[in-house]
Amino acid sequence: MEWIFKPWPWYIGGPMIAFVLFLLLFFGKNFGMSSNLRTLCTLCGAGKTSRFFNFDWKTQQWNLFVALGAIIGGWMGANWLSNEAIVQLNPDTINQLHQFNIKSAGAAYMPEELFSLQALTNPKVILSLSLGGFLVGFGARYAGGCTSGHAITGLSNLQLVSLFAVIGFFIGGLLMNHFLLPYFL
Amino acid sequence: MFKSEAASWFRIYEMFQFQSFHMYGIIGSALFFGVILIQLIKRFKLKSVFGESIRIPDKDKSFYRYMLGGVIFGLGWGLTGACPGPIFTLIGAGFFPILIVLFFAMVGTWIYGLVRNKLPH
Repeated sequence: MEWIFKPWPWYIGGPMIAFVLFLLLFFGKNFGMSSNLRTLCTLCGAGKTSRFFNFDWKTQQWNLFVALGAIIGGWMGANWLSNEAIVQLNPDTINQLHQFNIKSAGAAYMPEELFSLQALTNPKVILSLSLGGFLVGFGARYAGGCTSGHAITGLSNLQLVSLFAVIGFFIGGLLMNHFLLPYFL
Repeated sequence: MFKSEAASWFRIYEMFQFQSFHMYGIIGSALFFGVILIQLIKRFKLKSVFGESIRIPDKDKSFYRYMLGGVIFGLGWGLTGACPGPIFTLIGAGFFPILIVLFFAMVGTWIYGLVRNKLPH
């Protein structure tokens, strides 16, 4: 049982994601996490501002439960199922991040410089997280799906347009990662 | 998501640097089983528990929305290291600054809803 407390290798995580896809399809649903963002907008009353949010949110209730499950899973993973959650990165990655002043690389699960409450005293961090969140939400809806909807469901269903979207994800991600990120850290 | 480290900002950074196989292994093996699964569902016309046939809606045929939307999403993914699924995972794991990301992801979705008729799709 020792392995359960260690980080799970990719060949456990990947097939588990496929299993989630199977369960959702088997229950007559679809796998798409970013749809929840639209439902949450509707719940906040966005239906008054655009027809796009004018739908019966109860038809999407099941998906909110998937999100709730992800929250519970995250809590269990962090509090029950881990001795110490430190991501074992490639030493080159750690070196690079140290140069960008991300000192927690190789010693934490998430960069403390971005995702600790203390980091929020830095206005630049708040700006970066806000901008990043905005791009994720806007881009996911524009592209009609995110990693789960396109990279997993769409590609599994051999949808050519999902390949366009995933190529787009990587163009954007690589651009940010290699050229823009240093300005945001 | 948490235990396989797909929710970690570090893993996403490492992926975009091509310095680890980890994330490609996760996405690749999920796809490997996903493709087989959906082919089997279609071949054997498997029914859901409710007795309805399983339908996966085809995505609209288009290029611009997927490419442009994809690039915008990718920029955000590269910056925050979080796609919508892990955002929820990280809330549960107690990394509360992710709530800022969630809030602004909702704002982004909302703004898209307001301006979508003016965008190329």
